Parts: sequence; C-alpha cells; structure tokens
Amino acid sequence: MIGDIWAWLTTSAHWTGSDGIWQRTEEHVEYTLIAVAVAAVIALPIGALIGHTGRGTGLVAGTADALRALPSLGLLVMLALWALGHLPVGIALQTASIAVLALLAIPPMLTSTYAGVAAVDPAARDAAEGMGMSGGQVLLRVELPIAVPLLFSGLRSAYLQAVATATIAAFVSLGGLGRYVIDGLAQHDYPKMAGGALLVAVLAVLGDRILAVVGHFAASAGLTSRRRLWANASPYRSSYPTASLSETQPEVVNAARQ
Amino acid sequence: MISFRSVGKTYPGGTHAVAGIDLDIPAGKLTVFVGPSGCGKTTCLRMINRMVEPSTGTVAIDGVDVRDTHAAQLRRGIGYVLQNVGLFPHRTVLDNIATVPVLNGVGRRRARARAAELLERVGLSPEVARRYPAQLSGGQQQRVGVARALAADPPILLMDEPFSAVDPVVRAQLQDEMVRLQAELGKTVVFVTHDIDEALHLGDLIVVFAPGGRIAQVAEPATLLAAPADDFVADFVGHDRGYRALSFADAGPLPMVQAPTVDFASAVAAAHADGQVGEYDDVLGAGRGLPRWALLVDDRGHPQGWLDRAGLVAGRPLTRDDIRLGGTLIRPGGSLRSALDASLSSPSGAGVAVDADGRLIGTVSAQAVLAAIERSRAAAASPEAEGPVVGFADSDTVRAVGEAR
Repeated sequence: MIGDIWAWLTTSAHWTGSDGIWQRTEEHVEYTLIAVAVAAVIALPIGALIGHTGRGTGLVAGTADALRALPSLGLLVMLALWALGHLPVGIALQTASIAVLALLAIPPMLTSTYAGVAAVDPAARDAAEGMGMSGGQVLLRVELPIAVPLLFSGLRSAYLQAVATATIAAFVSLGGLGRYVIDGLAQHDYPKMAGGALLVAVLAVLGDRILAVVGHFAASAGLTSRRRLWANASPYRSSYPTASLSETQPEVVNAARQ
Repeated sequence: MISFRSVGKTYPGGTHAVAGIDLDIPAGKLTVFVGPSGCGKTTCLRMINRMVEPSTGTVAIDGVDVRDTHAAQLRRGIGYVLQNVGLFPHRTVLDNIATVPVLNGVGRRRARARAAELLERVGLSPEVARRYPAQLSGGQQQRVGVARALAADPPILLMDEPFSAVDPVVRAQLQDEMVRLQAELGKTVVFVTHDIDEALHLGDLIVVFAPGGRIAQVAEPATLLAAPADDFVADFVGHDRGYRALSFADAGPLPMVQAPTVDFASAVAAAHADGQVGEYDDVLGAGRGLPRWALLVDDRGHPQGWLDRAGLVAGRPLTRDDIRLGGTLIRPGGSLRSALDASLSSPSGAGVAVDADGRLIGTVSAQAVLAAIERSRAAAASPEAEGPVVGFADSDTVRAVGEAR
C-alpha cells in the first residue's frame, strides 16, 4: 500500500498538467489563503474591540462555538445551491467554498485575538491610559503588539482548519487537493486518494511551521523566548552601591587564599 | 498646588470611597497619602489625573479644574508610577521611558536620547537600555517606571504604592533614591502608601486617610508622631512611636571611641600565609588577650566587618565565619534612631560611624547614644529650647522631637 502511494506520488506525469499535483496544490493554497484572509478581516477587528472594551465576551464564546458546530459539507451544498441561483457557476461555487472555509477560520482567530488583548497585564493598560494614550493608541500601541503571539496561534489554528477543510471544495466540482481524494474514492484508486490526503497533511504542517516562524519574529523579543539567547550573555550586576559592610568582601579573602 | 474641594466619590453600589475631602497639596513637596487599604487614598490620587472622576466636588491644579483639560492631554503632563509598574513588555527599557515624549510628538531619536539620560538619573546602568522588562529585577523595573514617569519632565508626579511589590532591601534603596531624586528635581509628588514608615521616611507632608474615605490628619512627619490628631491616627502610627520619633532627631556630635582595627589587606595576607603561625598571630592577635572584636578596615579606610578574635585559632586560616557582617552605619547627619540602631545591631555592641565618603571615624556604644537622647530630651524640656515645640506640654518625648527638628 505504502509502495503504491509512493509510486503514485513519484510518477512525474501526476505532477504536471491541469490535473497535476502542482496545479492542485496551487488551487488548494489559493482557497485556503483567501479564506483565512477573509476570516482575519472579520475576526481581528471584532476580537480586538471585544478584548479592549471587555464588552460582548459572551457573544464571542457563543458565536465561536456555533461556528465550530457548523456541518461544513452541508453548509457548502446549501450555500452553493443558493449562489448558483444568483451568480455565474464558477464564481458561485468558489464563493460558496471560500465562505464556508472562512466561517471555519473565524472562531480560532476571534477567540485568540480577544483572549490575547484581554490578557494584557491590567497594569500595562492602566499605565498606558495614565500616561495619556487614547483608547485607540492603547489598543494599537500596547494591547495588540502584546497580543501578537496569541494572534499568531489563532492564525495557525485557522490555517490548519481551512487547509484541511479545503478538500471539500472538490465536492462541488472545484479543484484543490481534494480532487484526488474524491476522485480516488470514486475510481477506487486508493493510492491516489491516500496520496492526496498525504499532500494535504504536508501542506498543513509546512504552512503551520512557516506561520510559527513568522509569528516568532513578528512578536517583540520582549515577549518571546528569543531574549534568552542573549539575556545570559551579559548578566547585569547592579552598579548601585549597597551597604558598606558588603557581602562580597569575604569572598575576596577566600579568593586571595587560593 | 493641587486642591481638593468637597471631593466625594460614590460607586454605583452606593459605596462611599471618598467622603467630601478638602485638601491642599503644596507644590514642590512630597506629599504622602497613607492609610489602611480601602480608605480612598488611591482613588483620590487617580482623581488628579482623571483616571477616576469625582462624584462631587472639584479637583484643581493651580486653580484650574482638571475637568477643563482633555484627559489624555492632562495625563501627559502628569507623571504616573504604578504599584505593578505596568511596563510595556514588548518594548525595550529605552522605548518604555520614551513613551510620553513620543506621544507628544518628540522625534524618536531625541526621545531616546532623553530616555538614556533618565536611565542614569534613576541609578540604572546604560546596559539595561536595550533590555526588555522581563529581563529586569523588580527593583530595576520600578526604577524604569519612575524614569518613564519623569520622561516628559512633568511638574507633578503621582506614585501609587510604587515600592510595595519589591523586597525590603530593594525598597529601602528605592526610598533613599526617591529622597535624593526629589531633592534634585523638586517636583510636586503625591505618593500613596499603606506603610507608615515609608510615609514618615519620604513625606514632607503626610495625609492620613481613615476608613470611610475621610482625612484623619494632615501634618508633617514629626508632628504626626508627636501629636496624632485622634485615636485612629495614634493607632495607625502604631507602636514604637517614641522610638521612631528619634528618626527626626539629629544625632549631633556623639562621643566616639577608636575601636581596635585590623587592616583588611594585612588580614588577607595573614590568611594567605597558611601555616606561618607567627605572622598570622601578629596581625590577628589570636589568643593574645586583645579585645575580642576588631574592626576590619580596607586600604581606603572603609569598615568591612567585625573580626571575632574569640573564634580564631592560631594557624587556622581566616574564614568567612570569622568576620561578622551586618550592623548599620552611622552616617553624617544621621538621626538618633539610626545611631541607636547602629550600636544595637553591631555584633560588638559598638555602632560604626563613617564620614561622608564612608571612611571610619570611630565607634559609639548604645549607652553613649542613650545619653545623647537624654540630653536631647533635657534640652527640649528647658524653656530656652529652640525650634518649634509641638503641643502636648505634658509629654517629654514630644518636646524632644520638637526641639530636634
């Protein structure tokens, strides 16, 4: 079985052409990225606002849970049918697919943005206000930068959710790596099906790692473990005068003996 | 001057946080709000920069109602230091300090240059400039917090229990630093604390808050100790009032005794000469009937600790255990309290007095300090006593304090 999958993956003819792996991967990534971008445009401002004001937290939890519970395939079919009545076929199917993926990507980003902003040390927020920052400045200069690590963790969850679910686009006769899974099933071509699934998994892990690295560098060094790299390099000893009967002196005595 | 006129604060639940306060906070002085928790002192502090709006009455700075200035604008002109510091974890120390100047539109480069100056001013080394708050100790963070509040050179500084989250040793350092800084800057400082000792140490003027959000007494530290307005204040000022009043009595000239000293370098040399009993003996005098305690002094004349000859055995190298550290020092201009404490805390029973440069002057016994206290009381009791004599004619302690001030 593994040999068959390997054979399918390494057949160069499978990689090129309009049904080739490169083409399907590109489509798959395209659906995913558009959906995540749409979700971000919706989830980030709402999450940030709710985290900042502390109002509507119940709404976040409720909405996020409701969205998570959506049956994606059923929703896709429903949306596609509705869109087909209003839009040209190609655009209708693509819009429906992306809408479903975006709906799935919203909850993780919404909750993590909200949580990231809400978790900012109240003292830092108080200080920011007390120093004369406006509400918007507090959000943009203090709360969101501090929330960056959590924002990225939400983004990663959203990406994983979208990249995995993007396979269902093939169900409404669109492209993406889901094609191999659905066609493989229909044609009883199991190596093709498993190969497609494997490629989705690779794409998921790869994208997640990339986002992790980007997130690591996007966050201030003060918030990540990067600081440890150089924190120990130059341990700062207070040059501040301590009591005259200083504790370091007996060490001098001992050191002199050696 | 900051003035409170019939200022009250009632929270929606009907809780009276502050009940009709009238208060004038003098410009250029350090005024301490002190009192048990939940008596409205922080609330009052936060009314000055409009972090809390009073329900009734007005708060005015130099005659201008704070509500006439836009909140953000007002706050940029008032330094604010919080108990939990509230440094921005994503910004370097330098950028934290530069916050307000940058908000005010000062260029980042200039703001950072100014921040670097302030870093030095609050006793931090330039190395910490590029660190992040998480890499600093609690004391360092609090210093950065003070520097940040001072960055835009505001005439007013609000400090909300700034030193209560650090350990006692660091707190004492920070308090001394604060006294020094205030002497240099002469800001109008309003400082909130629940620690009466801190209040007495730092304050030019002390405002004692009582439960229910009212003011129990406004007085200078010495007056507060000598003449508490009511039982609540007396109770809050607490035990050891007489002893603590000595803090405000200048030690003046004390009879010094030259304690036997041992040169630090020769002690080290002797210790180094392992086994050469003769040399070791000469310097340290183990078992030769010399006084038990000798003061170790380094080559600059700074006392380093007491050497316990009773613990020495000829031929055994000097160890850390032979030197008793600790004991506070009597410094020039110190109070009777610090002199008494220095003699009581010294392992040899004699307090070590140093000059302004930290060089040894001599030692003082507790008895000598007590005699000085007696003299100070006697001087205060005589009718020709100089200085302000504070109320309470039947209390000697009170007079002593009054005279000493």
